Amino acid sequence: HEQRGESDDQSWRTPMKDLKMEEESSGVEKLEPGTTFPPTFSVSEIKNKQRRHQMFMKLKQEKRKQKMQLKKKRRKEREALGDKAPPKEVPKTIENQRVFDETTVDPEDEEIAFDEGTDEFSAYFNGLTNPKVLITTSDRPRGRVVKFCEQLATVIPNAHVYYRRGLALKRIIPQCIARDFTYLIVINQDRQTPNGLVLCHLPDGPTAHFKVSSVRLQKELKRRGKAPTEHSPEVILNNFSTRLGHTIGRLFAALFPQNPQFVGRQVATFHNQRDFIFFRFHRYIFKNEKKVGIQELGPRFTLKLRSLQKGTFDSKYGEFEWVLKRHEMDACRRKFQL
Amino acid sequence: ICFLQVIWDIIGNKQFCSFKVKTKSQNFCRNEYSITGVCNRSSCPLANSQYATIREEKGQCFLYMKEIERAAFPARMWEKVRKLSKNYEKALEQIDENLIYWPRFLRHKCKQRFTKITQYLIRMRKLVLKRQRKLVPLSRKVESREKRKEEKALIAAQLDNAIEKELLERLKQGTYGDIYNFPVYAFDKALEQQDAESESDAEEEEEEDDEDVGQREFVAEDEVEESDLSDFEDMNKLKTSSDEEEQDESSEEEEEEEVQASRSKGKSPANGSLVRKKRAYVEIEYEQETESASRRRTT
Repeated sequence: HEQRGESDDQSWRTPMKDLKMEEESSGVEKLEPGTTFPPTFSVSEIKNKQRRHQMFMKLKQEKRKQKMQLKKKRRKEREALGDKAPPKEVPKTIENQRVFDETTVDPEDEEIAFDEGTDEFSAYFNGLTNPKVLITTSDRPRGRVVKFCEQLATVIPNAHVYYRRGLALKRIIPQCIARDFTYLIVINQDRQTPNGLVLCHLPDGPTAHFKVSSVRLQKELKRRGKAPTEHSPEVILNNFSTRLGHTIGRLFAALFPQNPQFVGRQVATFHNQRDFIFFRFHRYIFKNEKKVGIQELGPRFTLKLRSLQKGTFDSKYGEFEWVLKRHEMDACRRKFQL
Repeated sequence: ICFLQVIWDIIGNKQFCSFKVKTKSQNFCRNEYSITGVCNRSSCPLANSQYATIREEKGQCFLYMKEIERAAFPARMWEKVRKLSKNYEKALEQIDENLIYWPRFLRHKCKQRFTKITQYLIRMRKLVLKRQRKLVPLSRKVESREKRKEEKALIAAQLDNAIEKELLERLKQGTYGDIYNFPVYAFDKALEQQDAESESDAEEEEEEDDEDVGQREFVAEDEVEESDLSDFEDMNKLKTSSDEEEQDESSEEEEEEEVQASRSKGKSPANGSLVRKKRAYVEIEYEQETESASRRRTT
């Protein structure tokens, strides 16, 4: 579909070339489609902007026409075949094209089952401990952070909010352990909104550091329901597929008591999509067997994992199991960690 | 005339002194050897032949002394005495010892300055032990990139649908026990009947495509899967807030309809929800006859 010839090899013929150009430009609209041009021609080599633009538009039109023709042909074939038509092609999405991660958990993997039976959460999953959560902030919490903490405390059962008042985390942690807390949540703020979350599983548990974004408090939600009640909610964890994802998933699961009270009809969802974890809190109602209505209560926010540390919070000497390294991990659009 | 007096006459008030900083209420002296920072006749290092200061380098304090005898040798003018003792009292004694027979003003001011310096050094050491706030710079590009990715991930996630699916699955698997009692058998029977009928209905529905395509609004630009159909239907239900009990839909049914009736993606959801809407008013046995009646109603 090249309509005008102007190849690189003939650049030394500059005066001749100009003449040629003018001749051809006058007849540009009347060119037959059959004229051939040297194959090394490309539209971007025409120096004149208007002509280049014209050529480009023409090129586009041609392409579009061919595409439409192809489409029509395919449709006709499809109709003709009727039942025997090949199944419709599934479009490519990022999730479809995801680079296969070798740490993806196979549901029947024994090694993983064994690991999970003996890791730091096993006490919780075996029903030995009840979660007790301490929510705190960085120094001098302001504005939305305070409200966010309070709302989180209503959403997570058995959660207590304490103000920091300048205490060092490393000193808080042994005190918490002494008082039987299982979780420590520290919310970091930047200009009066929360922007970071440190989730520390207390008796020697892993510490996860997240970046928090798009926080919507209860007031800001549209079509909101009433305040969350005291019943323990159910937990939904979606799309945590790799080993790392599994660990994080268990981290979230252990926040809530083991036996949800279905009477309360509340559900907390942690949905992982492309390494962003979306948290939502809903109240559901089953209208009948096949339909459920959900109504959003509670705050919503998204988390992105920044680092996972083996022991309790220790930024200098801790053993980091996983750290977000932007250049390696964010380079490929189809590669995800969780 | 004393040449120092001359110097002060010039730089003090009348002409320019490069170390002087003038503010509304006071004049300050920026000279590094000045003992008080104020621009005074008695605390100007240029206009006093006998002068002493305490200066601090990297946590150590030194006593600098200037004497008249050395006024002609600027390179050797300031004599530096090292404060060997970290002990506050001993250091004060050392100052006294060095500045013996010096005017009272200078001795006093030196000691004052030394006191202040030690105090701020102590405070610095204490602060280092406390928690230090670390400022992490945000890269604007990275932030905006992540924000965009997050939005796209949110759209791709289709959270409401995912949650509903999960809840329905849990209901099916029986994790809720006996709290909800829906008649399962009747439902299954109705399912099978509708399966049989859906194929015959598919052809009739195709004709209606053109009428209703324009009326639907589509939420997502990406492919509209069958889960989105349930979304539309839910929105309808929520808005109308009417309890229609005989709402027997099944996901398999919708799939079949889609495959048969779908020409382009845009038309199928209209198709699906249309069909469902018709079904709302229709009982199972009389499907074919009353199709036309409900069509009239909806269009």
